[in-house]
Amino acid sequence: MEGNNVQSYVISAIVEHKPGVLYEVANMFRRRGFNIDSITVGRTEHKDQARMTITVSGDVYTIEQIIKQLNKLINVIKVIILESGSMVSRELVLVKIHTADSKARSDAIQYTNIFRGRVVDVAPDSVIVEVTGDSEKIDAFIDLSRSFGIKELARTGATALGRGGKVIRE
Amino acid sequence: MTNMTGAQAIVDTLKKEGVTHLFGISGGAVLPLYDVLYDADIRNILARHEQCVAHMADGYARAGGRPGVCVSTSGPGATNMVTGIANAYMDSSPIVAITGQAPRAVIGKDAFQEADIVGITTPITKYVTQVENVEEIPKTLRTAFYIATTGRPGPVLVDIPKDVQTSVITRQVPASIKLRGYKPRDDPHPIQVKRAVDMLVTAERPMMLAGGGIILSHASQDALKLAELMTIPVATTLMGKGSIPETHPLSLGMVGMHGTYEANKLILDADVLLAVGVRFSDRTTGRVDGFCPDAQIIHVDIDSAEIGKNVMIDLPIVADARKTLRELYTLVVRKAVTNERSPWLSRIQQVRDQYVSEQRDDNPGLTAPKIVGALRDLLPRHAIITTEVGQNQMWAALHFKALAPRTFISSGGLGTMGFGFPAALGAKVAKPNVPVVDIAGDGSFIMTEQELATSVIEEIPVIVVVLNNSMLGMVAQWQRMFYNRRYAGSKLKNSPDFVKLAEAFGAQGIRVGSVDEFSRAFQDAVASDVTTVITVPISPEEDVFPMIPAGKALKDMVLR
Repeated sequence: MEGNNVQSYVISAIVEHKPGVLYEVANMFRRRGFNIDSITVGRTEHKDQARMTITVSGDVYTIEQIIKQLNKLINVIKVIILESGSMVSRELVLVKIHTADSKARSDAIQYTNIFRGRVVDVAPDSVIVEVTGDSEKIDAFIDLSRSFGIKELARTGATALGRGGKVIRE
Repeated sequence: MTNMTGAQAIVDTLKKEGVTHLFGISGGAVLPLYDVLYDADIRNILARHEQCVAHMADGYARAGGRPGVCVSTSGPGATNMVTGIANAYMDSSPIVAITGQAPRAVIGKDAFQEADIVGITTPITKYVTQVENVEEIPKTLRTAFYIATTGRPGPVLVDIPKDVQTSVITRQVPASIKLRGYKPRDDPHPIQVKRAVDMLVTAERPMMLAGGGIILSHASQDALKLAELMTIPVATTLMGKGSIPETHPLSLGMVGMHGTYEANKLILDADVLLAVGVRFSDRTTGRVDGFCPDAQIIHVDIDSAEIGKNVMIDLPIVADARKTLRELYTLVVRKAVTNERSPWLSRIQQVRDQYVSEQRDDNPGLTAPKIVGALRDLLPRHAIITTEVGQNQMWAALHFKALAPRTFISSGGLGTMGFGFPAALGAKVAKPNVPVVDIAGDGSFIMTEQELATSVIEEIPVIVVVLNNSMLGMVAQWQRMFYNRRYAGSKLKNSPDFVKLAEAFGAQGIRVGSVDEFSRAFQDAVASDVTTVITVPISPEEDVFPMIPAGKALKDMVLR
């Protein structure tokens, strides 16, 4: 049952917003041997529902199983795969960049501007930069920051919505 | 519904769900519930270990077709139930487990007898929840029964803190349950049904594989009608045993690791396999690439996640087994198809004849197949067999011909030694008027033998046939075949004395040394109103055959 084409997929799941649901979902992935690349969770426009955006990689059979197993969970209301061409996916990263001197600092600020990021904190030998974008853009900014030295870093994982007027309904 | 305590609301809701019996053991965190049960017209069957309350509820559900209910206290009571719940989950058995929990104020503080049973059972339940507010009790319990019994059935656990049981309900119960994340699909898609009929009509060597789903959806009659209409031979999984009468000319018996010769041989010849309510477990398929290699597979299952999980499917039908079989039947009748099956039927006869010529009985002594084989004639059609796990189970599956659904009850998925005896007690509660027999091994029976006390005190008479080889027999068989006869951790060495053990509990015990003695003892046991343990010494060297060695394909079946 193993296909060869391992790809990255973005799954969007509307779930009951109540305690234990994240555990239930994460536990299903663990016990069935599926890997989560990233997962983000937050409330939706309905206060009793949350949206999970789960990035996974696998072949088409694995993804099909993941969708079906998610659908089986009673607290999962609706699951879809967001196709890369027809969705908007965004991630946020905070990078604390080492700025040894004023030249390094002004270079770092310049790169940040090119990436349409923002400097959100300044210290004598570091700046914290916030960048938002798709995961490739975040990867590129992190790579660039390595030339200065990254003191620490936090990224959120992707969150996403399908393009156009259609919405996920229960 | 006003001015009830939570505990009263639990009992009230159970009664509204039609519950007449529950299997449970009281304890600190369910004292309020049991205090209400003291006066209620629901009978509590007091077991002796919480693992067994779940197995009893499971056996009750499988035999009677109605959900079984089990109750335990918090902490160790709840964790003891885990094996029973996992067992019900693997075999899609509808049980509702109610556990007490530490009071809300101390949950998360490692209180006395606190265990995170919701977290522990999340991967082994269809649904699990904790009641955090007394007002939620009626709705949560009704939801539990609804989820346990609809779609693909399974266990549901409801964890109820002690102080919720003593709080007072003020609001009215909502009339309906709305679950936006749970909408089981029932009806087969008409186009898929039409395609299936086309495949079956053009098939030359069709076969049906009947699984536990046929029994769960009460589809036995419909499976048999379709099989007869289209002359389709029927093999079963372990869980499907009894779905069609095994004495029927179209019945091939069980397929798989210890399947019958004819089922395992003929499935290799099949060109279309109609698999209904099965999950293609590894014990059924053997090596997947050698499982019906020439067949196109139609897979009917109510759980869409089973489609394509273990084997590739050519035509999926996600629906109720009974509805699907009925629609297939209707469409075939409407098409007025006649099938020419004589080459296929003569092939079936040829394989049957081959097996007869392959068989030889080179053991003049008392063997397990002889004992199990004798049972059919000693029991009425609707008598219920339960099994333990291991050699006893496979001998029972191979040599006992089940004639009706819900008469062969076995731990298929989890393979729980110790399941058969408490399941037999649950089955007897559901069907008090038929004999219930646990086909056991000495290793399995000792795992839950304390329930002899339950059977005697609660007056639930069953018969336990211990095929006693003083070994963990199936383990020993593998050690003989694959580990150079090094019997590590498998020699039980003839303890206990099962006759004295039975008598110590107030049950009857008897040791027999021949098939004739067995038959006489068994007839006495059927007539008795006390549980009887019949112990049958058999050779520790006896193996179960046919067998597909682990990791091998069906074609690699060995016969001795």
